[in-house]
Amino acid sequence: MTSLGSRSWFCIGALALGFGFLYAPILLLVLYSFNASRLVTVWAGFSLRWYGALARDEAFRSAAATSVEVAAMAASLSLVLGALAGLSIARFSRFPGRVVFGFALLAPLVVPEVILGLSLLLFFVACESWLGWPSRGIVTISFAHATFGACFVAVLVRAQLAGFDRALEEAALDLGARPWTVLMRITLPGISPALISGWLLAFTLSLDDLVIASFVTGPSATTLPMAVFSSVRLGVSPEVNALATLFLAAVSLLVTLAAWLMAQAERRRQTI
Amino acid sequence: MTGLGRLGRLVLIGVPFVWLALFFVLPLLIVVRISLAESVIGIPPYTPLFAHDGVRLKLHVTLANFALIAGDDLYLRAYLGSFVNALLATVLCLLAGYPIAYAIARARGARRQLFLFLVMLPFWTSFLIRVYAWIAILQPNGFLNEFLSVLGLISAPLPLLNNQFSVELGLVYSYLPFMILPIYGSLSALDQILVEAAADLGAPPRLVFLGVILPLTLPGIAAGSFLVLIPAIGEFVIPDLLGGPDTLMIGKVLWDEFFNNRDWPVAAAVAVVLVAALAFPLLAAQRFLAGTRAA
Repeated sequence: MTSLGSRSWFCIGALALGFGFLYAPILLLVLYSFNASRLVTVWAGFSLRWYGALARDEAFRSAAATSVEVAAMAASLSLVLGALAGLSIARFSRFPGRVVFGFALLAPLVVPEVILGLSLLLFFVACESWLGWPSRGIVTISFAHATFGACFVAVLVRAQLAGFDRALEEAALDLGARPWTVLMRITLPGISPALISGWLLAFTLSLDDLVIASFVTGPSATTLPMAVFSSVRLGVSPEVNALATLFLAAVSLLVTLAAWLMAQAERRRQTI
Repeated sequence: MTGLGRLGRLVLIGVPFVWLALFFVLPLLIVVRISLAESVIGIPPYTPLFAHDGVRLKLHVTLANFALIAGDDLYLRAYLGSFVNALLATVLCLLAGYPIAYAIARARGARRQLFLFLVMLPFWTSFLIRVYAWIAILQPNGFLNEFLSVLGLISAPLPLLNNQFSVELGLVYSYLPFMILPIYGSLSALDQILVEAAADLGAPPRLVFLGVILPLTLPGIAAGSFLVLIPAIGEFVIPDLLGGPDTLMIGKVLWDEFFNNRDWPVAAAVAVVLVAALAFPLLAAQRFLAGTRAA
């Protein structure tokens, strides 16, 4: 009995220390975004002045608009590519180049960002000089983000398909449904939780990316992380704290929504 | 799905295949090609692959960039520094992450879901912001120094920022969730009957852990280690924001070579050497990841 007791104390301690470590810096940042003082570690009372300053900051506003535009394009492209890739890896056990394909599908998840960024930039520069397209900016950032976003979507789709009952598809085919109908009415709804979370993951990863975007962008496009990075290099600023708080709030809302949607989809699937 | 027909199958496999070939494989080949060029002032800022010398087309390649990297010990120290920093971060993440993963796996029902959500949430939120948050904590007049001096433990601020310590802390902080999740995956798939059998047969808790739990969760440990080690080696944001003059990491060297020195061929050569050095761990990671992700 004593060993059980000590083990649960061990678990409580591990969780408290672990989550304290993971969340304390974020909580401090959020708290001090409401600080009236410009000094970042001296509390001088509650104030929204940094949020006001942020609202008037034209550079941050336009960077945020650019980031959302890029993220929406990248996530949608990731969704289509990743779903196709996940389906083909999960459902076709043999085709020429499958091993290379599987490797190329997982590699962008672990290859350092500086390498992805550099290689994509050199590719876009070569493309532009051969074909005259695309000029560097929103389009190139979206394509670059879609490439690694698709890999994340493919991983999620593949995992979901592994737990998917193929008898449903076969039954539909036996009952005379055309393959296209089966795909649209059975398979895609079945993997909808993976598709929803995949789109959102690709969206937030794109919104968050600094390194790849810095490489592949042109003079015309500055994303939010790039604007934040150049301001952060000059030191801590309460305005960035306010921006970070808004960003965290938006992402937390999206993730909670995704978790809820996925739970709903899962429940629907189980009642069928 | 098998009845989709040849055309459907071709589209399903072909579209993502061509995309990855164009946007992942081809760019890597272009990096190799530019690493063999010379830097010139112009657009693009490197020599063409083929040069016409008046008589015939000649292949124009040089190994000068690789000679430069091999000859200057800045690069060697940066590669080694990255590897050592990343390896230390991996070990620290493992030591910190295993107990957390274990505690999550022992929680039940809704509480376990909440803990998992809390581990994953930082993964979804901005990497840059989470690294930035440490600056306010570690700087000379930051939260930690203020806190310690209020307690009377220190009289002068400790140098906590812009050194090895802050880089290591930043790496562990940023990559910890990547270690926790795969280990949790292994632990939750662990057959509890084996653990109980070992305990019933009289094995003390320490032996149960070392003899049963640890070996059976090795795939999770391996997957987590690769997910921390490989990206950490090429990390740029953390050494740039939290590092100091003594921090040498190859991701930052590559960045500076490209953005500050504007020497594309040398930056490409740095990338080629890094990919070559990572090829073995990447291939090994591939095997583990393919195995654990599918499960």
